Amino acid sequence: MSALTGFYTILFYFATFILVAGVAYRIYEYSRTPAPLKIPTTPAPTTQSGVVVRMAREVVLFESLFKSNKWIWVFGWMFHVGLLLVLLRHVRYFQEPVWFWVNIVQPFGMYASFAMVIGLAGLWARRFLVDRVRYISTPSDHLMLALLIAIGLSGMMMTFVAHTDIIALKAFALGLVVFDWHPLPADPVLLVHLGLVALLMIIFPVSKLLHAPGIFFSPTRNQVDNPRERRHVAPWAAALDKD
Amino acid sequence: MAAPKFEVPTLTEFTAVPKIQEGSMAHMKSFVANEKVQSFLGYPWELGEDWKERAIDRMGDLLGKYRSLRVFMDACVHCGACTDKCHYFLGTADPKNMPVARQELMRKVYRRYFTLPGKMAPWLVGAEDLTQETLDDWYNYYHQCSECRRCSVYCPYGIDTAEITMAGREILNYVGMGQKYSNEIVGKVQKIGNNLGLPGPALEDTLAGLEEDVLDATGVAVKFPIDVEGAEIMLVTPSADFFSEPHVESLIGYAKVFHAAGVSWTLSSKASEAGNFGLFVANYDTMRTVANRIRDAALELGVKRIVVGECGHAWRVAYSFWNTLNGVGYGGDDPYAKQLQQQLDSRYPQPQHICEYTWDLIQQGALEFDKSLNDDRVITMHDSCNVARGSRMGNEAGGQFTIPRNIIKAVANNFHDMASETIGEGTFCCGGGGGLLTDDLMEVRVKGALPRMNALNNVVQGEQVNFMATICAICKAQFTKVLPYYGFDMSMVGGVHQLVSTAIKLD
Ligand code: SF4
Ligand code: SF4
Repeated sequence: MSALTGFYTILFYFATFILVAGVAYRIYEYSRTPAPLKIPTTPAPTTQSGVVVRMAREVVLFESLFKSNKWIWVFGWMFHVGLLLVLLRHVRYFQEPVWFWVNIVQPFGMYASFAMVIGLAGLWARRFLVDRVRYISTPSDHLMLALLIAIGLSGMMMTFVAHTDIIALKAFALGLVVFDWHPLPADPVLLVHLGLVALLMIIFPVSKLLHAPGIFFSPTRNQVDNPRERRHVAPWAAALDKD
Repeated sequence: MAAPKFEVPTLTEFTAVPKIQEGSMAHMKSFVANEKVQSFLGYPWELGEDWKERAIDRMGDLLGKYRSLRVFMDACVHCGACTDKCHYFLGTADPKNMPVARQELMRKVYRRYFTLPGKMAPWLVGAEDLTQETLDDWYNYYHQCSECRRCSVYCPYGIDTAEITMAGREILNYVGMGQKYSNEIVGKVQKIGNNLGLPGPALEDTLAGLEEDVLDATGVAVKFPIDVEGAEIMLVTPSADFFSEPHVESLIGYAKVFHAAGVSWTLSSKASEAGNFGLFVANYDTMRTVANRIRDAALELGVKRIVVGECGHAWRVAYSFWNTLNGVGYGGDDPYAKQLQQQLDSRYPQPQHICEYTWDLIQQGALEFDKSLNDDRVITMHDSCNVARGSRMGNEAGGQFTIPRNIIKAVANNFHDMASETIGEGTFCCGGGGGLLTDDLMEVRVKGALPRMNALNNVVQGEQVNFMATICAICKAQFTKVLPYYGFDMSMVGGVHQLVSTAIKLD
């Protein structure tokens, strides 16, 4: 195994470990922290199934954002849907034979990368053009967008401009899954693409990307509006009732 | 009204989003609580040498106790969707009054002390040490937030700046920087029984006076009973209802409704305050202690139902938190909760809002009105933030909007809503909620009222509206003060039960 292949192999195991363990730890932390009071933003669903629907609308349609700001919604939704399709398309690198629906997604996934990058560019433009958003932007906000755009563009380069050795790449990726390692093609664009993806995976659990698991734990969105019917007491607060 | 020392914004058809003006409200500092006030609550009254450690400790503590704070500190992506949603930003243009920037005052400290990137590369992620300057910013800007939750409606993750403001105020208290206004009130309610500090005898005099007034005006002996053991209903209402205008008009309205329904009811001198400023300073224990007065009064008087008068934050605490804090509600299977829950009449929701109570009676046909008596009024409805976004009425989501409006339409002929984006879940705060209803914050109160004043002005111009109904004691007090700054008559604001009082037929 070449040094390059060895490096990327280890890098991806490491990045995957950080991503999975880090996010799992965060989820553990969030779920372990009690919500002592009922604070759904009302009007809120009065049943658990209603909450599932509310959450689904938030996660799939970005409903609150739609109410809030149409520009951010358009760019944000384009980016996220684009990213989802692109990720689904990438599933084919990790399996043989490929599931039929991944093949169906394939052509959409190719063009979804445009939506993704345009969405990101729109969001980035707002950080310069809108004085309020400029005020709240930190260097990491800019770098995060730069990172995502660089990942998108380097991927699109390989899809639309300079094809990489897809057969060898797939062997490498599949090898990671089944622990039967294969050499990684030394294509600079590919190396950049993969390196940035690994970086993204590593910073995920310590960055604002935690909004992804975070939304499911947001008490203003995930609580049922039934405080008069159910007594809701956090463990640390229940102790107070005893004395 | 004395000439203001600041520029009152001019009314416009739409509330424009201003260009940011850094530091435009940095001078706005509410009076700090003194030793007497702080020590009663068990807080220090000046910064000790170890204030920084104490602050960080307390923050860690709160992060472990409140999932809201824990998740909200991490989840914000700085998308900016909330930046133009706060009435204080719209009215002052100070960027630190943008919800996300208000959160950031705490988040930058959180990142520095509680996250890896903030410890390693603070400059990269906007993390900062806790300094005296930051602490002063906390004090100033956490007292320019009315905890109205409008921002949480529009945030894609539901991040509620009110939760962060509350945590900020709790930490400030903990290091010795309490706010005079709120902390004095939290003290008074515990010592005397209500926020205004009215002792029992004064209350009895007032109620006797009201009985005479109503008898003179209507010829009907409407009672205002207090501390009646065995009454069916205990009414818990903000103490402003006893003494302030226009609040007292609504109190008369409730009494007339009870009279017409022929029900036995009582006020309580122990629970002579529905308000709970413990909410604003975010100390769970304090909020619980204040809420427990209602539990104790209910147990002592043996009442079957608990009805809450017109007060926004009080209704949020009653509806959303009482069951948790003091067991007024249902579904508790622990001895503490059962003791009270078995006493309450399970045919009715507990607690119940006075509007739910009145609307039920109207639907049953138990009340009669002469709507024409309200014909001199053209009415609109200001939804109070805590009712709108922190509670409910009736069985359906959104009942907190329909029920008060249904009552108004049942007792009056002329009703027009303000623009839809300024009412309902998107309602603009009056500008004086959340512990800001104090003269030392008049500038932020007047400027924060701008979006509501613009919306009101549109229906005043377009529909000849001359009465803005609301169901909140703070809204009523705030508007009474602030309306004149914008050229409106202060008597334009009043309660929903003030309208009920005007039209109800008694015999
Ligand atoms: S809770 Fe209300 S006052 Fe506070 S930041 Fe949000 S919108 Fe502004
Ligand atoms: S809307 Fe929510 S995520 Fe966006 S900047 Fe405001 S608080 Fe942060």
